[in-house]
Formats: sequence, structure tokens, C-alpha cells
Amino acid sequence: MRIGIPREDRERLVAATPATVAQLRKLGYDVVVERGAGERASYPDEAYTDAGASVVDARAVWESDVVTAVRAPSPERLASLAEGTTLVAMLAPHSEPALVEALRERGVTAIALDAVPRISRAQSIDVLSTLANVAGYRAVIEAAEEYSGMFTGQVTAAGKTAPANVFVIGAGVAGLAAIGAAGSLGAQVRAFDVRPEVGEQIESMGAQFVRLEAAQQEVSADGYARELTAEQERATMDLYAAETARADIVITTALVRGSAPTTITADMVAAMRPGSVIVDLAASGGGNCELTVPGEKVVTANGVTILGYTDLTSRMARHTSQLFGTNVVNLLRLLTPERDGRLTLDLEDPVQRGMTVTRAGELLWPPPPVAVSAAQSPAAQVDPAAQARATHEAAQRRRRRRSVLYGAGAALAFVLLAFSPAATVSHLTVFALAVIVGFYVINNVAHALHTPLMSQTNAISGIILVGALLQLGSADLLVSAIAFVAASVASINIFGGFLVTYRMLGMFRKDG
Amino acid sequence: MLTSIAQAAYVVAAVLFVLSLAGLARQETARRGNVLGMVGMGLALGATVILAADTSERPVLVTMLLVALVLAIGASVGTWRARTVEMTQMPELIAILHSFVGLAAVLVGFNSYLTSEPAIVHDVEVFLGVLIGAVTFTGSIVAYLKLAAKIRSAPLVLPARNVLNLVAIVVSLGLGVWFVLGGGIVPLLVMTAIALALGWHLVAAIGGGDMPVVVSMLNSYSGWAAAAAGLMLSNDLLIITGALVGSSGAILSYIMCRAMNRSFVSVILGGFGTEGGTVTAGDQQGEHRETFAADVAEQLAAARSVVIVPGYGMAVAKAQYPVAELVARLRGLGVEVRFGVHPVAGRLPGHMNVLLAEAKVPYDIVLEMDEINDDLPETDIVLVIGANDVVNPAALDDPTSPIAGMPVLEVWHARQVVVFKRSMATGYAGVQNPLFFRENTAMLFGDAKEQTEAILAALRAHAELA
Repeated sequence: MRIGIPREDRERLVAATPATVAQLRKLGYDVVVERGAGERASYPDEAYTDAGASVVDARAVWESDVVTAVRAPSPERLASLAEGTTLVAMLAPHSEPALVEALRERGVTAIALDAVPRISRAQSIDVLSTLANVAGYRAVIEAAEEYSGMFTGQVTAAGKTAPANVFVIGAGVAGLAAIGAAGSLGAQVRAFDVRPEVGEQIESMGAQFVRLEAAQQEVSADGYARELTAEQERATMDLYAAETARADIVITTALVRGSAPTTITADMVAAMRPGSVIVDLAASGGGNCELTVPGEKVVTANGVTILGYTDLTSRMARHTSQLFGTNVVNLLRLLTPERDGRLTLDLEDPVQRGMTVTRAGELLWPPPPVAVSAAQSPAAQVDPAAQARATHEAAQRRRRRRSVLYGAGAALAFVLLAFSPAATVSHLTVFALAVIVGFYVINNVAHALHTPLMSQTNAISGIILVGALLQLGSADLLVSAIAFVAASVASINIFGGFLVTYRMLGMFRKDG
Repeated sequence: MLTSIAQAAYVVAAVLFVLSLAGLARQETARRGNVLGMVGMGLALGATVILAADTSERPVLVTMLLVALVLAIGASVGTWRARTVEMTQMPELIAILHSFVGLAAVLVGFNSYLTSEPAIVHDVEVFLGVLIGAVTFTGSIVAYLKLAAKIRSAPLVLPARNVLNLVAIVVSLGLGVWFVLGGGIVPLLVMTAIALALGWHLVAAIGGGDMPVVVSMLNSYSGWAAAAAGLMLSNDLLIITGALVGSSGAILSYIMCRAMNRSFVSVILGGFGTEGGTVTAGDQQGEHRETFAADVAEQLAAARSVVIVPGYGMAVAKAQYPVAELVARLRGLGVEVRFGVHPVAGRLPGHMNVLLAEAKVPYDIVLEMDEINDDLPETDIVLVIGANDVVNPAALDDPTSPIAGMPVLEVWHARQVVVFKRSMATGYAGVQNPLFFRENTAMLFGDAKEQTEAILAALRAHAELA
């Protein structure tokens, strides 16, 4: 089958890069790329030719069996699609019913890249995660551009500057990427998310998690966040007000199924310091900040810059295309189980079913809910106090039993010693002391030296040779013979053990 | 007079042995410790040879010739083995050396019985020495055969095996009473046979992965056997040395058991470790992501910090040399590379460290589990080479897992984990590893050595382009 990669009308990204074209060809597909498709993402046509694609005009691309694009095609393009074509793109089926209807009417098989179920198996084809990651990173870069200070704190001969305070709302993929980027620029990052369980992730990225006990939110079965109750909302708003007032930069990323709840009111913006920056990553859904103008930069009367750019991912078109293209390749791997260049759609697979909007004139949207949950099930409720008591009691029982056992052993040893000849007792004294010395000497051996230690003790325990040597001179032939064998093996031990230890220790060397 | 001189030499030798083991505690003093041990042994042997000449019941020349012959045999065989052994075969060598001590203890015990007057205390000592020696002898031979892959390393699970062991011990004790009460050599011989069988069975029932514990346990036994021989010969040097070695081995076994969160008894009772592994716990299956050498090379070159977690698989594939070369190259690129070694990685305590040292990896970048665990969240890439159970998050997350509570290297906290593995089969504990299905884990299938070499080749190509 042939895959066509069109030049996007409203987008700098491209759905395949030379690297991913090569991977598509490995799956058995022929690939055609529209002239200039990768131009704005810094991938010239020649690079595609080198990767084995043919560079053709738009018509030839749209006549391919499979068309992989970033955005949905324009209505005119759609009208020219042949029946039976497979279209892979971000189609926003939940907000574009007209487009879905048009696709069905054309008899097109449409696979929405932005409808990937959020289960871990589908992670590798999740373009929304890819785009969110890039957007989060870029949001920090844009903020740094507008911000009137340095991100990292400095101590210089000319005095010192404080690090920038960055507050990130929402710890989805974009939020976490923003936390990481801001942190590595040297800013102090605080972050909040209505899902308390992501606190660990926030902290793992090096930010401080701002907690709010009242604002608990459950995760729905498909892994997307749910909307809040009224009471939770009020508490959360108070937190936003306090945090934005102390922040130099606010990055807000709250998007619930394509729509943006308000997180930053006009009053909060008014309370911010001049020169502060708000980056609204939810601008495409209308914006989290009341003053956001989607696609625009706004400067308020009190000098706060609000960035509502909706093309953040396009501003890093080269890498975004590469990641996006890899998502597409992973999808096609799933759809081409035989690696023979023939696309087969398996609607039994919840991932494929969830993404398929229409198939050859049949409407398949919306899909049935995904049964597998991305969220962890809550831990079983156990009374921690009772558990602690139980373990404590068990430990006490064990301790009591052990003391009885030790006491009995000591008594037995005492009785045995008391009835032994004096010479034996003195030998046993030596023995007991040597055990104790051995314990203290060995107890702090470095782990790395355990093997040399074993071979050394091996060599030393060849000291039994001493006993055998003394028996060697016996007049009894049998005794001599036995002693000879014993002495031979013991001396192998001595020589072998010491030498191999020596050899091993010679290998250990310090850096340098 | 001569006896006093010999006694003085023995005291000096005993002190030198203690100093020797103390020296082995740290890298800086380890070589000195080794040499001190040699000096001590030389002193002890020299004194013994003089004593043997003095007490010889035969012409002195004959005895001296025998002594020279014994030492010649020991020197030639010992030197030959020590020079030619490959570091991957270290566990086998150590096991076979243990068996020698066991054999010598048995033989010395018999001789001591044959040459001295019957006395109760002495008979008890002979009996114990032979018992421990015999168990050590066959146990070490089985350990050797398992480690050298001459027999299957899967545990031999006989029905009622614990009852069998118990019966063997009880019968031995009975024979001991008979022997001490003047039963002659018969009970001693019967007990020797039983002890040989017991040693064989004890180790046969323990799986390949528990070998670190078994080898250090046998190390301990060989020490106790030497100490028992010292008691029956009334030789304090033997007693001291045996006790030192015995407690050293016991501590090592304890450290190994703690590293696996298993009690010593449960390891000795055996039947746990199955070699090779089968996918038994299919319930935690998920989707794993595969990666390729070229991609890993690219990630490594771009990383700031890399941690390598080696396991028995690295030893099997003999991948330590390309791994060391990879480390050298990455360090040349300015990447911080360190090793994280789990105490029970490999088949011998400290096995991985020896292999890495052999490949000339500086020891100060080879860290222990506790030293590296805190740094893992700040690590860009972790390469898990031939390790499995020691990086299994189920040990911490899943209280029902057979390895629950075992301290593990928490590699999943790193940004990216690459697992080198031959297939998706489970580790020796037969436990599925959820690490493989984590989002930040990628699997690199194939022989560890070949894959490491492929990464190296990709890095070289990368360097030429740049």
C-alpha cells in the first residue's frame, strides 16, 4: 500500500520526517511526500528522497491508500478523497461532528490520532502526550523571552538576584515538561494539580507540590481528569490566588476534554507584579486565564504579559515532527501486524477501536468506554494501628523465644565445659575468642572484596596442612598414606588460594 | 625447645592471619593483607616442617622428601589453577578449594583416631571434625558441579527431603554416642558415609541463584572443619584459623541472606531457585517496548549520568570487557558512568566486582546498592545488563511476591531504563518483573556481549561523524 504525506495547510509540522519515512518503508509501505511538506520543519525534499520516498504533488499524495496528516484536511480536500482511503490525523471527533459526518459520507476510514485511549500500552502512539510535552517545554522558553529577569538566581560582585518563581498549574504531560524545563533553567518551581496522587511525579521533576486537602479529584477509567465539584473549586481558587500573587511566571495547563476551566481570574492577574508572565497552554480551549486571547500576546494595564499562543508545538517544528512522526510509525506498526505493507484494522483491540472514527461509511464514534484503567486502584484499607500492634506483639514473642533458646544453649555449653578436661577448656577458650575476633574483623569488609576474602580464607584454612604434615612421619604406612593425600590437597589450597587472591587484588585499580 | 619455637611461630602466624583478614576489609590495604597471610603461612609451615622432622618416627630424610613432594604437588597444581582460572569461573574454583579443605579434615580426623589413644573428649572432636569435613567435601563438590554447569543447577526436590536430612543427623548423633562409648572404627565409617550423602543432598536441593549463600556457607563449614581438626590435634593455630574462617564465612552467608531478605534456614532447606526460568506468573504481563543498539548509543552519548547494573547474565555472556570499553568511551565523552552492584548479583559474593576489576573498571566507580539507590532518580539512563530479580519493583510494591521485602536497586526511578535480556523469561526466582512493562523501560533483546559491542560500534560511528 502507499502512504501519502501531505503538506499541512495551517501547520508547520509534518506527519513524517525522513527518519520515520525509512521506518514506514520497513513496514512494507511505499511512501510519497508532497513537495515542500517538510520545508517549514527544516526537512528538505532531498532528505525524503534519500530516505526512499518519492516527492510528488498534492494530488498524488491525497490519492494514496493511506494519508497520514497532522491536522484534519480542509473541506475541499475532503471532498476529493476517494472512497476506501484511510485517513490518519488529529480529527478532534468529539468537537467536530460535522467533520465526522463528512468522513462517513465519503466512505473514508478515519483514525483519530487525538483519540488514543490513555492506557500504558497505547503510550507510544499518543500524539497528545507528544505535543503536550513540547508545548510545556516551549511555554517556559516563551516565558523566559518575555520575563524581565533571569531564571536562575545569581550571586555576583554586583550583588545578587533572586531566582524566578514559577508556578505551574496542572501536572499532566505539559505541566511536568514545563516543570522540568523551568527547573533546569534554575527557577524555583511550585506546582499544583487537583489530582493529589500526581504529587510524587511533581516532586520527582524537582518542583514543590502545593497541597490542598479539600481538592480531591478522582480519575476516570480512561485516564483523563474530571471536572471539580463546587466546594473543591472554591478552595482551589483561593490557592491559585495566593500562588499567582507570589509567582513571577505562571504556566497554566488545565484542559479537561478540550475545554479550559478558568484558573486565573482578572483579579488574580491584577494582583501580580509588573513584568510577570502568564503562559496559557489551554488557550486552544478558550484559555485558563480570563484575560487570555487565544493566539495572541496581551499586556495588561499593570504590566503582566499573558501569552495565549496556540502554536507552541509548531514553533519547534523539527523535533515535534520527529516525535509526532514516530507516534504515527508506532500506530502503523500496530495496524500492520504482518509487516507486509497491508493495513488491517482490528476493532477487537480497544486501542484501535478507540481511535477509529469511521470505517468505510460506517460511523464508529463514540467508541465504547475503555475497560482498562490507567489509574491505580486504591490500596486496600487496613487499620495501620492494629497492624503495628500485631507486628509488635509478634516481634516480642520472637524475642522471648530467642532469649529462652540462647539461655538453654549457654547452660548446655556451661555443663559440657565444666565436665571437660582442663586442656580442652583452654583450647575452647582460644576457639571462642577467635570466633569473636573473626566476627569483628570480617564484619566491615567492603562488599567488593568478598570474593578475594573468600579465596584468602580458603588459602588460610589450608592451614590444616599443619596437622597432616605432623602425621606424615608416622611409622604406620596407612597413616602416612592418608596424611600424604590430606597434605597434598591442603597444600593445593594454600598455593592456589593465596595466588588467586593476589591475582584478583592486582586487578582492582583506582581511577587514574 | 623446638616445640616452644614452633609455638612462638604459630602465635605470630595467628596474629598475621588476623591482620591479613583485617587488611582485606579495604581496597587500600587488601594487597598488604594478602601478603601478610602468605608470610604467616610461610612461618607456620616452616615451624611445622621442623617439628615434623623432629617428631618423625621414620628416617628424617624420608619424611622430608615426603614433605617436599607434598609441597611440590601443592605448588604446581595450585599455581597452575590460580594462573589459568578465568574470573568468570571464580565461583567454581572457590567451591572446589572448599572441598579440598573438607577432604583434608576427614583424612586428618581418621589419622588422628588411628594414631592416638581412645579418650572421650578426643573422640568427640574427631567425630565432629570428620562430620563437618565430610559434609563440606561433598557439598562443595556438588556446588562446584552446579557452578561449572556439569550438572543441572535446578534444586533437587526429593519427597520429604527435610525429614531425610533430619534422619541423617539423628542417626549420625546416635553413631557418635556409639563411637565415643568405644564402638571402634565402624560407627565412624558409617557416619562418614552418611555425612557425605548429607552434604551432597543439602547442596543438591539448593537452586543456582542461591549459590552466593551456599558458597559462603561452605566457606564457613571448611573453617569449622579446620577448627575441629585443631581441637583434636590440640593445635591452637588450627583452632584460631578455623574459627576465623568459620566466622568469616558465617558473616558472608548472613550478609547474602539479608540481601535477599531470606532467612538462612529457608535457603538451607532449599527448593527455591529454579534455573533458566519459565514465565509462570503471567498475570502481570503487559506491553514491553523494544529498543535497538543504535538508539541506546544515541541516548548514552546525550546522557549526563549513566548507571550500569550488572548481573549473572553479564558473567554468562562474558560481556564485562565490552562493558568496560563502553564505560571508558562514555567517560571520555564526559558522561558520568557508575556501576550499581547488588550484594547477591552473580553466583559468588562480590562476583561482579571481580569481573569488572578484571576488565579494568576502576573500583571507585563500582558502588554498592545503598550507595547508588539515592542517586538513581537523578540518573538519565540505567543499563541493566543480565540482572533481573535484583531490579524487580515487585519486591517493594507487591507484598504477595515471593521476593517481597528483598532490598533491590530502584532503577525505575531513573529517567530511562534499558534492560539487556535474552528473552522475556523470568529470573531465577521465577517471578515476573513489572519493571519491563514500565513506561520508562525499554528492552534490548539479544546476547549482552553482542549488544554491548553493537552499541560501541554505533558510538564509534557517531564520534566519526561528529
